[in-house]
Amino acid sequence: MIEAGLRRYEEINDEIKATLSKRNKCTVKDVNGQRYIGCALDEGKTIEIYGTPGNDMACYLNGGKIVVYGNCQDAVGNTMNGGEIVVHGHSGDAMGYGMRDGQIYIRDNVACRGGIHMKEFREMRPVLVIGQNAGSFLGEYMAGGTIVLLGLDIKHGEKLFGTHCASGMHGGKIFVRGTFPKENLSHNIKVEKLNAEDEKELKSYVKKYCKYFDADFEEIMAKPFKKLVPATSRPYANLYTPN
Amino acid sequence: MLKEGQVRIPSGCAIAAIIDRKGNKINGSEIIKSIALMHDRSNGLGGGFAAYGIYPEHKEDYAIHVFYDNADAKKQCEDFLFKHFNIDVAERIPTRKVQSIENGPDIWRYFGRANRVRMKNARLDELEYVAQCVTNVNNSIDGAYIFSSGKNMGCFKAVGYPEDVGEFYMLDQYDAYLWTAHGRFPTNTPGWWGGSHPFNILDWSIVHNGEISSYDTNRRYIEQFGYICTMQTDTEVITYLFDHLLRHHKLPMEVAADVLTAPEWDEIDRMDADKKEYFTNLRAIYSGALVNGPFSVILGSNKGLLAINDRLKLRSLTAATKGDRAYFASEESAIRIICPDPDKVWSVSGAEPVFIPLEIEEEEVDD
Repeated sequence: MIEAGLRRYEEINDEIKATLSKRNKCTVKDVNGQRYIGCALDEGKTIEIYGTPGNDMACYLNGGKIVVYGNCQDAVGNTMNGGEIVVHGHSGDAMGYGMRDGQIYIRDNVACRGGIHMKEFREMRPVLVIGQNAGSFLGEYMAGGTIVLLGLDIKHGEKLFGTHCASGMHGGKIFVRGTFPKENLSHNIKVEKLNAEDEKELKSYVKKYCKYFDADFEEIMAKPFKKLVPATSRPYANLYTPN
Repeated sequence: MLKEGQVRIPSGCAIAAIIDRKGNKINGSEIIKSIALMHDRSNGLGGGFAAYGIYPEHKEDYAIHVFYDNADAKKQCEDFLFKHFNIDVAERIPTRKVQSIENGPDIWRYFGRANRVRMKNARLDELEYVAQCVTNVNNSIDGAYIFSSGKNMGCFKAVGYPEDVGEFYMLDQYDAYLWTAHGRFPTNTPGWWGGSHPFNILDWSIVHNGEISSYDTNRRYIEQFGYICTMQTDTEVITYLFDHLLRHHKLPMEVAADVLTAPEWDEIDRMDADKKEYFTNLRAIYSGALVNGPFSVILGSNKGLLAINDRLKLRSLTAATKGDRAYFASEESAIRIICPDPDKVWSVSGAEPVFIPLEIEEEEVDD
């Protein structure tokens, strides 16, 4: 076990690497904003974090697993390649920025720009599951992958997502549960029903969410979901020129 | 020397603030601990603090903090100050030797009241008189910079990392009901003492992470009203905008915040009639005061603490509350290090100002 305290992030990350060269799991306690924890972590390795990890946690994650008992800051899973991040708390801005594969499960909410520019290619299909709600610019410039927004325990007066949702989205899909603020949705987005394949996919993610955070699967699935998808693959084709 | 691309500086400015709504005092070591946690966000070219309620023994006096580049600047500035104010105390601001902070100016402070006769002759109200005196010194005396001019408050800033600046000014010797702090990573402008944050005029102080792309629009607007931007950086203009809107136009704090962060027109189009009229009026009347570009900004004042974000939310800002206290910081960890178990913690979203008012007026504290 590593005690982070107020030590420099370079030192902590070196110790994590040294530990993981000998075994597959490493626990870090009392984390206070140290950056880049779990950067490019490989498959088969797990890091457990207690406290508040710093920016760019699990950036370029390469198949490893990270479990956080606490809240995360900005740019969690930045450009991650694969693996899994489970956060028992909330997350800051730009979560899953440019994510290419793997899955992120957030128990509570995500601040602005969750899933910005997520993308997919053949078998690489990133997934972002959010328990509560999301701030503005959710799925901005999204090019692929799946975002699931469960809307659990939303406080009175709060919305499922903030303004400019899916602005510039041109690929992938967002599953939303229950009522959502249509006025916050960008023009280029279509609202659809889930097909059989979507249902199957969604259920697998919700099951995992329930397992990680001890939530009730039946209760979550009892409320209907909708699917948000881009109406066009070139939403800004005429932004600067009329034709 | 390493070239760009061979070295990475993971920086982006840091801001932090604490307020006790009931006016209870908080030691300077707390805000230093908070801003120090975000060390990597700044690069050693600027740090500073604003503290409210620190001069109770001089609370009726303006506390004027000045940087002097040379003895001649000091003489000229003192001639001016002694003429325009009744100064009771003139002293060097106490500092501690800190290895990383060097080549600084001579730093003085003055406690005094506006000279009544001159003020009446100038036909100005007191605050306008003081503000114009500050502008006058900063614009016309080469090598003298008044960087703090409020009552019962003060700014402390330097070139260095913020935690070193706090040590340099011995802020653990000060207790305030409201603190703001800044760690600087200067981008477009030089890292010099006057250009460090906070920026201040009268009781208003600003710390800012980001960059004002509407700077010249805002500067042209504000200079129509007698302000002159002299500190070679964009943030200064935000301070004057708030002073103008809150003091000259007497706008409520929330309305002034809406002027600076008014929504885009297509968002306004979708609003209900009342809100639409309100924002349309603000954008029409105060088009020159709309601030654009990525920013998170904290305004310190004797009325409370205001935090705003640009409407596209391009800089991070976290808020938390615990009992009578409210906290803001660029990173959540910087709040948790001084408040491990907040009642509520959330990310401040774009164009949704958060104002934490001070619930006790300073005058009432006396009774």
